[in-house]
Amino acid sequence: MAKYGLFSMTITSNLDRFMTLAIWSAALLVAAAFLWLLGDVLWHGAAHLSWSFLTEAPENAGRSGGIGPILVSTLMILAVAVAAAVPLGLATAVWLTEFIRPGSSFGRLVGLSLDVLAGVPSIVLGLFGNAFFCVYLGLGFSILAGGLTLACMVLPIFIRTAEAGLRAVPADWRNGAAALGLSRGAALIHILLPAAAPALAAALMLGIGRAMAETAALIYTSGYVDRMPSSLSDSGRALAVHIYDLSMNVAGGDPNAYASALVLITLLIIINSTALWLAENLLQRRIVTA
Amino acid sequence: MTSTIDMHCRPATGTPADAYTLGPLQSGPSCCDPEPLIRVENLSLSYDNKPALAGVTLDIYRGCITALIGPSGCGKTSFLSSLNRLTDLIPGCEVEGRILINRQDARAPDLDVQTLRRQVGMIFQKPNPFPLSIRRNLEMPLREHGVRNRSELCDRLERTLTDVGLWDEVKDRLDTPALALSGGQQQRLCLARALALEPSVLLMDEPCSALDPLSSAVVEDLIQRLRGRYTVVIVTHNLAQARRIANYAGFFWVRERAGTLIEFGRCQQIFEEPAHDLTAAYVSGARG
Repeated sequence: MAKYGLFSMTITSNLDRFMTLAIWSAALLVAAAFLWLLGDVLWHGAAHLSWSFLTEAPENAGRSGGIGPILVSTLMILAVAVAAAVPLGLATAVWLTEFIRPGSSFGRLVGLSLDVLAGVPSIVLGLFGNAFFCVYLGLGFSILAGGLTLACMVLPIFIRTAEAGLRAVPADWRNGAAALGLSRGAALIHILLPAAAPALAAALMLGIGRAMAETAALIYTSGYVDRMPSSLSDSGRALAVHIYDLSMNVAGGDPNAYASALVLITLLIIINSTALWLAENLLQRRIVTA
Repeated sequence: MTSTIDMHCRPATGTPADAYTLGPLQSGPSCCDPEPLIRVENLSLSYDNKPALAGVTLDIYRGCITALIGPSGCGKTSFLSSLNRLTDLIPGCEVEGRILINRQDARAPDLDVQTLRRQVGMIFQKPNPFPLSIRRNLEMPLREHGVRNRSELCDRLERTLTDVGLWDEVKDRLDTPALALSGGQQQRLCLARALALEPSVLLMDEPCSALDPLSSAVVEDLIQRLRGRYTVVIVTHNLAQARRIANYAGFFWVRERAGTLIEFGRCQQIFEEPAHDLTAAYVSGARG
């Protein structure tokens, strides 16, 4: 009996050692892949980065000059996408978690359509955006059409993450709020949404990350005119489209493509940390946990 | 529920002193008029068509403590939640029968549920302070019910925290997280939060069962002191506690897969001269 016990212990500890090694290697591999990518972009891109690169218009098809108008277009497209997706997405997430019976067929239908929408390839969404926003609604190749198409792309991922965050809020608080005679709105504003704030911020970041990196859907909708946009109905070239264009269609465009990629990554990091900071300091300001 | 219920207990006059004393088992004031504040008639409740409670009829008397005892799963909590219509929130829950609170139909479709719940407060088994500061835990529900005046808010904050014996413990850290308090303190905060809304009835669902013996004694003591000022309905698995604090007791048991009220009466009678064999077996510890 004792022998058997010892034997099985050795097996367990060998298995343990192997598992530990495997888990550590997996984590290191993931970190290494990210660092390599970042290092590569930094190495090739940093040399071309300057203030004038950020502010000037591109020249010679982007080989020289800067990315000023492209940066502005990118932020405008992003703003449209966020402005459309966040209210709609938040309302849907709240509806899915707070207003319908768990397992209701309509709720399941909405969930299923979100999951399908999340899996639609961006090129297909681009075609849809072109047909619906540009042609049917007559928005043409414009920042507005591009932003709205991106909103369609961002919605499923935003809603699903926000929904998971809201579901994770303990039912005790919902019951407690109801038992105090608080309205559903009050419970949402004072307790549920602030308690879910980190998840909502994560949802926003996932959405923005996806939107910023999008190329295919934007080629068909916001176009690739690299002039400074003067309104939302102008066509505008997003950073990701610019990088694609420089690296695939413009001979000698690689240095500026790298510099643009570096700007894109930096922008992503800035926006993500801002969203995180906002969630912790504004939405959570009143929520205090032990 | 537009009218407010008179919370103050009228002294019993014109009757022999012992008419309203409820026996030696508990030390309640003699002021408990056996005047029903809540009348429940033939209440049945089901979850997804599975009956959980069948044909419960009982009166809950103003200013008294009524304990509901019985094994788990016999519908005591369901009964409690139907009084403040928390059952409305449970999908698939159907309630039938009549509930009159202060002669008003608590199940009327046009009743303002928020006002009802303000008058019928509830304390849960697990303390559930909101993840806010101690101050905001008390002030937020008050503000939502229209109490906006700063001095009024401060006043009620201090009064209710004093009522639950928490004021001296927390007065210097009102803006710290409520979740940093101990379990017993959290439960007393929840009680203060309910009291701040000036309810007339307090429903308590095993308020001491998640607490250690010392905190439990403090909360029990507090419930004792609510007698007379509030009408308390308490679900408890602690028979000794029911015996110590209650004026009236109701014994629930499962019959034909649904909870039913087997016996209801004065606490002393339920514990010392139960009319029903099941009750006798349960309170003596032979069953359940």
